[in-house]
Amino acid sequence: MEKSEAPARARAPVEVFETTGTPGRLALNIMHFARTLRAAGMPVGPGHVLRAMEAVRTVGIGRRDDFYWALFSVFVARREHKELFDQAFHIFWKDPRLLERLMQMLLPQIRPDENFKQTDQPNRRLAEALAPQRLPGQGEDEGELAEEEIELDMSLTWSDKELLQKKDFEQMSADELEEAKREIARLRLPIVDVPTRRFRADALGARVDMRKTLRNSLRGGGAAIDLARKERVRRHPPLVVMCDISGSMARYSRMLLLFMHAITNDRDRVHSFLFGTRLTNVTRALRARDVDVALDKIGKLVDDWEGGTRIGHTLAEFNRRWSRRVLGQGAMVLLITDGLDRDAGDGLEEEMERLHKSCRRLIWLNPLLRYDGYEPISKGAQAMIRHVDELRSVHSLSSLKQLTQVLSQEGQRRPESVDSWVKRARKEAA
Amino acid sequence: MPLPMPSSVDATVDLLRHGSYVADRSLATSLYLALKLGRPLFLEGEAGVGKTEIAKVLSETLGRKLVRLQCYEGLDVASAVYEWNYARQMLEIRLAEASGDTDRSTLAKDIFSEEFLIRRPLLQALEPDVGGAPVLLIDELDRTDEPFEAYLLEVLSDFQISIPELGTVRAEQPPIVIITSNRTREIHDALKRRCFYHWVDYPKAEREVEIVRARLPDVERALSEQIVAFVQKLRQQDLFKLPGVAETLDWTRALNTLDCMELTNEVINDTLGTLLKYQDDIQRIQGSEAARLLSEVNLATRPAVR
Repeated sequence: MEKSEAPARARAPVEVFETTGTPGRLALNIMHFARTLRAAGMPVGPGHVLRAMEAVRTVGIGRRDDFYWALFSVFVARREHKELFDQAFHIFWKDPRLLERLMQMLLPQIRPDENFKQTDQPNRRLAEALAPQRLPGQGEDEGELAEEEIELDMSLTWSDKELLQKKDFEQMSADELEEAKREIARLRLPIVDVPTRRFRADALGARVDMRKTLRNSLRGGGAAIDLARKERVRRHPPLVVMCDISGSMARYSRMLLLFMHAITNDRDRVHSFLFGTRLTNVTRALRARDVDVALDKIGKLVDDWEGGTRIGHTLAEFNRRWSRRVLGQGAMVLLITDGLDRDAGDGLEEEMERLHKSCRRLIWLNPLLRYDGYEPISKGAQAMIRHVDELRSVHSLSSLKQLTQVLSQEGQRRPESVDSWVKRARKEAA
Repeated sequence: MPLPMPSSVDATVDLLRHGSYVADRSLATSLYLALKLGRPLFLEGEAGVGKTEIAKVLSETLGRKLVRLQCYEGLDVASAVYEWNYARQMLEIRLAEASGDTDRSTLAKDIFSEEFLIRRPLLQALEPDVGGAPVLLIDELDRTDEPFEAYLLEVLSDFQISIPELGTVRAEQPPIVIITSNRTREIHDALKRRCFYHWVDYPKAEREVEIVRARLPDVERALSEQIVAFVQKLRQQDLFKLPGVAETLDWTRALNTLDCMELTNEVINDTLGTLLKYQDDIQRIQGSEAARLLSEVNLATRPAVR
């Protein structure tokens, strides 16, 4: 049965319809249904349509629920698409035309064409490129470019636009962005590689590659046996970055987003989250190569810019929904927050403990460390400090660079005395 | 007595029921499709909802050999597909030397022959078996890394494995492939696309009672109903790890062993460890919370018992 199916699958779709004798209308309807799902954002291609027809043919259309589950098992490949499929199915298979008409009306809004939109409404960088005679950074304070070391602390240049709830990242001046981007793009996070269970050929390796040895020895007739060696492959562990975007972190969040974009695209196995009062997974948005596209996507994704922080609440959400999915295989966690919690540390300690126990290493990056007199006395900070492996500052580009040193060492987990270690961290940050 | 391959969704439900597996119709539909169209079935779901069990029941009821590949990080060809028996190969070379027979090409042919091949699960699954093509269970695929996933993609699309020294091994009849994942990592879409996908959910109360009755027929109906009602209530709580069907069955077995006739606060507190596996969760439920849930359960089930 499998053999006869295979060539049929390879042929053009039209032929499949004809040879199978499936009523043409049903086939067409399945195709339209697939297009509906695609328009709604599910990854559905022509291959799915063919498999769906095959499946429907196999199960028959005698029972509505069989029909439903046959289509389900072909079109759905992720749990989060379950709801979408369910709704689409019930609307579509009642009156396909109705939905089609609806989709046609909605289509431009559902799938905004990224390129088209950009040429339609040129962003600020583009506008500047087209009109170079305009002063760079027009409309904002000029002083920001004067400093040699670009500090993330930009309180003087804080334009009122940033106070908008939904941030318009496109309004970032091109010069300011370029300067910082160049610096940040140069950053590499040399996270210390950990040994995996895979091997590669290595003349100086510690282990003998028996298979290769024997094959080689036969070349010489088996008289002399040269040992071929192999060594463990070392690989960087997964990295999870969680960044606080609440009001108190507002002045840093712009640069930190650039930083997150740089490390997300620097390597694979990076997951990024933003949190304020809610937790948002922005990994997919940050994967866009162009930093503007990425930030634009994030701007649409996140609703809680510069509001309060509920660290305990959002960490609980992370622990429940994401930790088992992204912290596998010994992940390292960078937690970027000032530890100022609206819930005054309520429920935070338990969640920090769980987070710490679920990962290889937990590093807290706190921009407030730049102030000499900083003590982790807020309730949130006190709850957190007991459960992190390392505390570092992230207030400027230079401190971001220092981070690379920290990550390239296989630091120890949770030292006994917290005080000495806070002091040391502060000294290094200064 | 092996049963024939099912020829409809209803027959698939019956087949599973024959192996004491009570399946939803949705699951039976995707399983039927996978069997009929010869493509892998990809099962995702929380731990302990009976994903692995399906493969076992299939192999039992259909009378096929079960080949299980347990995945882990760093799983490689040597432990998943095949390996040469080096010790025997070395010995063979020495023997050939001793007898003065050092013709290179024959020696190479000799020591890289099937005799020296150690077959690992994937290769075993491609070999013909008297009972028919085996059931290949690829368990917890999310634990491996991407390179192995990519290799698997190749094997699952052609059902053939090439061994450089020996040639290509091809399955005459492709095995029945069941892949499970706990979703600790997202599996690549390319692999999922080749499979029929099903999300195995926690069963509804009615279905769960059926499962307990099918698996543990000597437990009294009233008790199993009470147990299931309690577990269902527990699944509505905000817990880190919700108890699966496996935990329900374990708990039922435990209570049966303790000769318990009815759920009481005391019994629940003593045996909560079989249901919940995280200390935070246990602390949260033990005591007053468990008592509250139990009283709700009793209110709901008592009329049915009488």
